[in-house]
Amino acid sequence: MSTLLRLDNLSRDFFGIPAVRSVTLEVPQGAVLGLVGENGAGKSTLMNMIGGVLPPSSGRLFWRGAPYAPRDAVDAAEAGIAFIHQELNLFHNLTIAENLFIDGFPKRFGLIDRRAIAARAGELLADLELDATPNTLIEELSPGERQLVEIAKALHREAELIIFDEPTTSLTPRETKRLFDVIARLKTSGKTVVFISHVLGDVAEHCDHLAVLRDGQLVAKGPIADFPVPEMIRAMIGRELSGLFPDRTSIPQAEIVFAAEGLGQSGVVENVSFEVRAGEILGLFGLMGSGRSELARILFGLDPHETGTATLAGARLTGGPGRRIAQGMAFVTENRREEGLMMEAPVAENLALVTIDRFGRLPAATVDRAAMREATEKMRDKVQLKAADIASQPAKSLSGGNQQKVVIGKWLMAGPRFFILDEPTRGVDVGAKYEIYALADRLAAEGGAVLFISSEIEELMGVCDRIMVMNRGEIVGKFAERPFSDEAILAAAFREVAA
Amino acid sequence: MNTQTLARLALRHATWLIFAAVVLLFGIGADGFLTAESLGNIIKQASFIGIAAVGITFVLLTRGIDLSVGSVMYLAPLLAGLAMREFGLGVGLGFVVAALAGIAMGAANAFFIVRLGIAPFIVTLASLFFFRGAGTWMTSSRQFDFPPEMLEFGLSSVLGVPLPVVVFALTVIAAHITLARTSFGRQIYALGADPEAARKAGIRKGWVEAAVYMISSGAAAIAGFVLIAQIGRLDVAFGEGREFDVIAAAVLGGASLFGGVGTAIGAAVGATLIQTVKTGLIFLGINLYLQPIALGLVIFVAVLIDGLRSLRVQRMQRRAIRAHTGAD
Repeated sequence: MSTLLRLDNLSRDFFGIPAVRSVTLEVPQGAVLGLVGENGAGKSTLMNMIGGVLPPSSGRLFWRGAPYAPRDAVDAAEAGIAFIHQELNLFHNLTIAENLFIDGFPKRFGLIDRRAIAARAGELLADLELDATPNTLIEELSPGERQLVEIAKALHREAELIIFDEPTTSLTPRETKRLFDVIARLKTSGKTVVFISHVLGDVAEHCDHLAVLRDGQLVAKGPIADFPVPEMIRAMIGRELSGLFPDRTSIPQAEIVFAAEGLGQSGVVENVSFEVRAGEILGLFGLMGSGRSELARILFGLDPHETGTATLAGARLTGGPGRRIAQGMAFVTENRREEGLMMEAPVAENLALVTIDRFGRLPAATVDRAAMREATEKMRDKVQLKAADIASQPAKSLSGGNQQKVVIGKWLMAGPRFFILDEPTRGVDVGAKYEIYALADRLAAEGGAVLFISSEIEELMGVCDRIMVMNRGEIVGKFAERPFSDEAILAAAFREVAA
Repeated sequence: MNTQTLARLALRHATWLIFAAVVLLFGIGADGFLTAESLGNIIKQASFIGIAAVGITFVLLTRGIDLSVGSVMYLAPLLAGLAMREFGLGVGLGFVVAALAGIAMGAANAFFIVRLGIAPFIVTLASLFFFRGAGTWMTSSRQFDFPPEMLEFGLSSVLGVPLPVVVFALTVIAAHITLARTSFGRQIYALGADPEAARKAGIRKGWVEAAVYMISSGAAAIAGFVLIAQIGRLDVAFGEGREFDVIAAAVLGGASLFGGVGTAIGAAVGATLIQTVKTGLIFLGINLYLQPIALGLVIFVAVLIDGLRSLRVQRMQRRAIRAHTGAD
């Protein structure tokens, strides 16, 4: 079997941090290659290099044996590589036929030859057994149907290699089955497929070969028969855990601080129930798209929920974020640059933001600067902020880890009981991570309840008292005893049973 | 047909529904409203805003905005008039000069928007003042009188159809074919729906964007020239504030300020609808001061519908974590 695409020592780093490290991989023609790895293992970066979105830092690509260096997505498409992303690149206001031909319409008398494009589109739709006329607008199609249109686009451009990135996440079971039928047919007709998925059972069932990425490196590859699902999971994880985490200094008390009961919102989460006790850190693990961040938004009142209740210290939570903050809730967001911090404003003002009305002074509620300075200085020491002059230094001058400490400190000033930390360590270095873990521990030790949301299983195992796992908007597992089994947790997240 | 499909159809054809309702309302309420003469007059009076609204629809489709159309309506015919006077050009050539001047002004807008990446709102707000200022300076803010042939041209008709209506119709047909049947037109829609995906599909974003601003200004220039031909002279305040009428007509005709939605025919209907309301209120003898309020209401309803429509699109594009049960 010949090689269609070869990756030769391919590397890519971002600001000195490697995302993909010397990956050498061959994609055999006419086969389905499965690519798996945890979030952040480097799958997207690798695909972006193949697709011409990112240039490699070093290493080379060979397409049909010849050097291949795409400058942009158009180059990749012209070479014969097509991507089917989770977010589809279709124009919802155009018809199916127009979407296929948008980069070059056949013309008659200078106008689009509508009969010709409809005929060609009709053929492709019939091949894929998509029951819609070529003149249907994309916005009238279901997610699964749109994906078939995207595949039709790839076929229309005579793509040789079709790369599916998490293609089944928003499909119904029937649509998923149809997708695999289509992939099987693509293979029969000689096309090559790369299939990226978190659903390991699908990978095992429908791929011929497997490649596993971990920390940017290719750690395993071979025929699919060598990789039963537990073996895949073992290859994906495997990192030393000791010394990365501070010791826990508190144990969960009897008092239940926060409780969720049967929370549900159609299309997002279903029947979510859990409680967090005083002094407890509860971990929430889930893969990308599992609904963990969406759940956090619902808990904080940013998004609505249709069923169920949430209570804080026995009182029912209602209304938006403002009222929930007043009731004692805090939300450290995943995206501190956009949601958590005012980058241009001084650190002290950021720290005082949530509690600003406590510094009001009569008669006109002007801000009492002296009181504010005293309170923010105290908080600076408490969270061990590394900043020279918090009254004048803007937040953007701090490192990622210290910025995160500002966000946490800002909430601490309000004295909340229940903290939601959503990916608090994303994009911060190892040292700062340790300090953030220590802060989480102290929040709990002072009687707070913490919900620690993360896609890094190691940190949850390192800092949490209990871990619950989300998958497709549902809580699919709760793990209470240390030491945790990473395999069991991952298996739940992937909805697989590790033997 | 379920209620969802019905709601979708209603949203998509809202302009026609409102138009039909308004005509019916005035037809019942005011004698002599539903006559060929008054309806013909409405279309003739709507042509001025209508031509420019069809042009600005191109810009709105790409998520842009063009605030300078009112000033272009003034400056482009003025330049044409000066050329006619200086070089003794006929009205036909004057028309061509006006159109070219308009296109050049659009090109100037496009340069700052496309090449320098400045927000369209800012660029066209600046050129709104710049173009009008240039014209005021050239005329020392005096009224400009066109040669008498201009009026002759303006009041002429083709097969009994008044000239403004002819130009209006030709503009709508040309714009409709361009938008619906050429690859340039379909790429405008693609660009408005998803600029990033359009770039990935190899659409030359800069060129398409530049072209829409030239089309918008060119149409505004033609609209100005045709209306001035009805009067024979050009006042300093001509076209002032008209950019809002033009945008309102396009939005009323179904164009979305969020891009990707709108048609040439819709814009024409929108302009006609505004004129129908104006004329109808006069027929009914409604207090003059209440008329802007009534117009404002109509525009508000149209913008509300636009909001609902884009909300719906957004909701559909949100990725579902759980596949909706019962969908399959």
